[in-house]
Parts: sequence; structure tokens; C-alpha cells
Amino acid sequence: MARALARQAASRRTGPTPLLVSGLALVVVVGAAVSVGSVRVAPGALLGALLDGLRGHPVGTVDTIVWQLRLPRVALAALVGASLSLAGATFQGVFRNPLADPYLLGAASGAGFGASVVLVFAGVVPWLTHLGVGWAAFVCALATVGAVTLLARQERGLPPVSLILAGVVLGSSLSAATSFLMLAARDRAAGILSWLLGSFAFASWDQVLTMLPLLVPAVLVLLLAGRALDVLQLGEESAAQLGVPVEIVKLVLLATATLATAAAVSVAGVIGFVGLVVPHAVRLAFGPRHVRLIPLSAVWGAVFLVLADLCARTVLAPAEIPVGIVTALVGGPFFLLLLRRQRSGS
Amino acid sequence: MSLEIRGLQAGYGERDVLRSCDLRVEPGQVVGVIGPNGAGKSTLVRVLTRRLPVRGGRVSVDGRPLHRFGRLELARKLAVVPQMPELPAGYTVRELVSMGRTPHVGLLRREGDEDRRAVEVAMRTTDTLHLADRRATHLSGGERQRVVLARALAQRPRYLLLDEPTNHLDLRYQVEVLAFTRREVERGIGALVVLHDLNLAAGACDRLIVLQEGRVVAEGAPAQVLTALLVSRVYGTDVDVHGLGTRPLIVPRLDRA
Repeated sequence: MARALARQAASRRTGPTPLLVSGLALVVVVGAAVSVGSVRVAPGALLGALLDGLRGHPVGTVDTIVWQLRLPRVALAALVGASLSLAGATFQGVFRNPLADPYLLGAASGAGFGASVVLVFAGVVPWLTHLGVGWAAFVCALATVGAVTLLARQERGLPPVSLILAGVVLGSSLSAATSFLMLAARDRAAGILSWLLGSFAFASWDQVLTMLPLLVPAVLVLLLAGRALDVLQLGEESAAQLGVPVEIVKLVLLATATLATAAAVSVAGVIGFVGLVVPHAVRLAFGPRHVRLIPLSAVWGAVFLVLADLCARTVLAPAEIPVGIVTALVGGPFFLLLLRRQRSGS
Repeated sequence: MSLEIRGLQAGYGERDVLRSCDLRVEPGQVVGVIGPNGAGKSTLVRVLTRRLPVRGGRVSVDGRPLHRFGRLELARKLAVVPQMPELPAGYTVRELVSMGRTPHVGLLRREGDEDRRAVEVAMRTTDTLHLADRRATHLSGGERQRVVLARALAQRPRYLLLDEPTNHLDLRYQVEVLAFTRREVERGIGALVVLHDLNLAAGACDRLIVLQEGRVVAEGAPAQVLTALLVSRVYGTDVDVHGLGTRPLIVPRLDRA
């Protein structure tokens, strides 16, 4: 009897229902986001447009709106949200700190610096123009995190404290450099600032296709890392005593999460709070086990950012708010609420 | 078949903390390691968990040198109950105990029936089965320590290393942890216990190893080892030893301290 109950409890914890429900939520939100805008697309018309596109001849006005404007934008927001949130869950797991986020090791300030350099010097230095803002951001984000890792490295691996310190130090230096660029090239400052705050206004299928090959392997690696991340929560020493190759696991996970972060930042700019709030909320709602936390974070990250982008383009329509401002405005109070509930709950 | 250390040297930087350490743990035995602060007890634990390299001498588990084990392989032979275990918030007791199956499951596979059975048995042995669905945040100190012991037992090790497992526990739980360890030892594993409390050590261990300044200065049954002379000399303070059968009782002379 007791055993049967225990088994039932265990299956409730591992069953697919939360993932199913979350997937449905994503479908609904995506549907809503594609329908709403300056031209409202009714559910029937949306279905028709989707079918037209899948059959290979999207011709009507609605088809164009759905396939050329809304869908790539929504898809990109979903992918970026999923990436940032996955990366956030991984960072929080590796650092065993619920306040860690994907930008902790300098990916954001690196990307911001790279993007600013291109925005300022484009036209002056031909190869920079050729490189483009996205790739510059991507490369600089990876380079920054790489440099932070090298700086933090010690004889016996990568102590989390040195990583965080190196990340903070290098991050603030690069932010300072970015601020200097903005002051020095005032005519470009608005462009830099709007890039830094993040936007999906220029989303295209091309960007979606650049993100996918980076995101898919990252998701696969992180989905396999559930047990390793769980055991890491016992502390690095205990994890090692249970046979986990702690340093290798940390390196692989941080590299994967950083790749996902850099990809997200390079197509959408620096969007804050998604990688912090979403994994945190998912953990409170569905428990801490990473086998479940990782996929659910991805799905809810997508939901959150699609909704945030919907707000960004509708609230002050026809003007747009940078989506990073929306996530911060919504995410901040939401996060406080979660923290309060958690404190009163425990 | 034994956990065996011969002439072990190990330390930090220039300094060797352990200079010559010999000890042997056989299945069916509880061996206690005692000695004053700085004698090398923690260093010994760090060597056995491979956080410190062996500088001299030999450490072997069932005849095989420590460094020749793979990580998972070693974790199937030797389980550790650390001095200050962390139990991450939010996980249930069952989830925490099943993390002890990692050396058998590996990082990528899922747990099978045998793993679930081992977890069940470990929880029953440590009397934590009724806590299975409780979250770690809601456990008392004694319960936490039992959960950590359950995790170590779920590893199904041949040897158990307990690093001051009774620290910060009140008397009942001190006794309990040592009793659970004893029960497991009677089922055929060997236990090496680092202890501070000499009377607990005398009561719980079959043999005692006394470390002083990195060397083993005495070894044997508690009644042979814990003489007033030896304890006073090693700890640098006067004690009286009252013989109660085979279990000596050590009483420090507080009035002369």
C-alpha cells in the first residue's frame, strides 16, 4: 500500500502533464501574438493563412502579414526567450544560486561592446560593416566569457567565486567602454541604446534560421544534463564524491549556456530578466529537478518573451517600446512577488 | 579485502600534514580516527576523497591503488558522509537519497527498478522512509544527517567514510547515526569514522587510530588505546579514564585546566 502510494507520487512528479500543459500555453500565446496587431487576424483567417503558407502559395494580404511580418517575429521572440531562459536555468544550477542569470559572466556587456563598435565605426572600417552587428555581438559575447573563464581558472578548476568576480570586473570594464563610445559618437548613441535594450522589430526568417542550429544542440545537451545539475546542487565536493566529473560538467554546461545566450543576444540585443525570472518561477511552480526544470524553462521563456514582445509593439502602437524595457518593467515586480511568496511559503 | 593505508604522506604547499599514517579497515569493522585539531584527520579524509594527492606511501581499496579507480568506480566502493552536508532546498528526501545512485546509474541514464529498490532499502535502514516526500528544508538536524547517511548507503558501497558525523547533533541523534552505521557494518561493509568525542569513539568503534602531528601514535581496541597517559599526552591536558568493562570513559580534569 505504502509502496503503491509512493510509486504513484513518483509518477506524478515525473509525468509529462506539466510539459503538455506548458506546450499548449505556448501554442495559445503564439496564436494570440500572431493575430494581434495593427491588422487583427481572426482565428479562421489565421488558420487559412497558415495552411496557405504550408501549401506553398501564400498570396493574400493576410498571408503576407502572417508569414512575412508576424510569424518570424513571434518565432524569433520564442527562440530567444527559450534560449535565455534555458541558459538562466543552467547558470542558476551551475552556480547554485537562484540569482544567477545568463549575463553573469559578461556575455551581455561583451555583446553590447561588440555591437557598439560596429554601430559607431560602420562605414569607416569596411570589414566591420561587412561583419554586421549581430555577428560582432555574437563573437564578442563568446570572447568575453572565454576571457572571464581564463582569468578565473585556477590549478584545480573553476571556482564559482572567481568566475563571478572575473565576470563582474570584465563586464563593467566593457560597459564603461560602451558608454564611452556612446558619448564619443553622440549621433549614434540612440542606435546603440536601442540595440542594447533589445528589439524584435527587424525580425526575419533569416535570423530564425541563424538561431535554430545553435539552439537545438544546446537544448539537447542541457536536456541530458538534468541529473548532473541535480547532483551538483549537493555541492561540488559531494558531487565529486558521487563520481561526477565536476569541472568537465561545469565547463560543458557553461559553454553550452553561453552559446545559447550569445546567439540570443546577437539577434535581439540585450533582453534582461527573462533568464532570471522564468527559471526561478518554473522552479517554484514545478520543483527543482532539472530533468523537468530545463525543458519547462525553455517553454515558459518562450511564452514570456512572446507576450512581452506583444506588449512592446501594441501598448503604444504605432510606436514600439524596446522589449527589454517591457521585460524589466514586468519582470521586476513579478520577481519581487515570487520572492515574497517564497518567503511566506517556507 | 580491505581499505588500506601504508606510510601515507600528504599535505598542503611545502608542508606535509600527514607524515606517516597506516591504517586498515576491513568489512565488518568500525574503525575510528581520533586526535587533536591539526593532527591530520581532515587531511586523511581529503586524501581518501582524492581532493589531495598521495605524496608518499600507498592507499588502496580492495588491493587496488586509489588513483587507479575511475570516478564512478570509486564512488561504488567508497561512500562519504561529509562534515557539513548541503541539502538543496526544494528536493524531496527520496530525490536526495536517489542521488546516491549516481555511481551506478551514471549521468545520462535513467534509474531502474534496482535503483529504486536500493533507495527504498537505504531509507528503511536509516528510518527515513516516512520522510520520503518531505522537502529537505523542513527537516531537523538529526533527520538531515540520516538522509545524508541514506544517500551514502544508496551507493551500496563496500566502505563508508564518515567525517565527524555527530557534529552539531544532540545526544539522541549522535547515538542514532552511529547505531545505523553499526547496523550497516554488521551487514558486511567497513566504516571509517572521524570523531572528536572520545567517549562516543570508545563506544562506537571496534578499533581506534590515534593521530598526532601526522603520525599514528596508537592503534587498537578502545580499552587498550584510551589510557589516561596516552590521552593526556596526545591532547595536552590531564584526563581520568574510568574503566567500564571494555569501554573506557574519559573525563577531563576541568579543575586543573
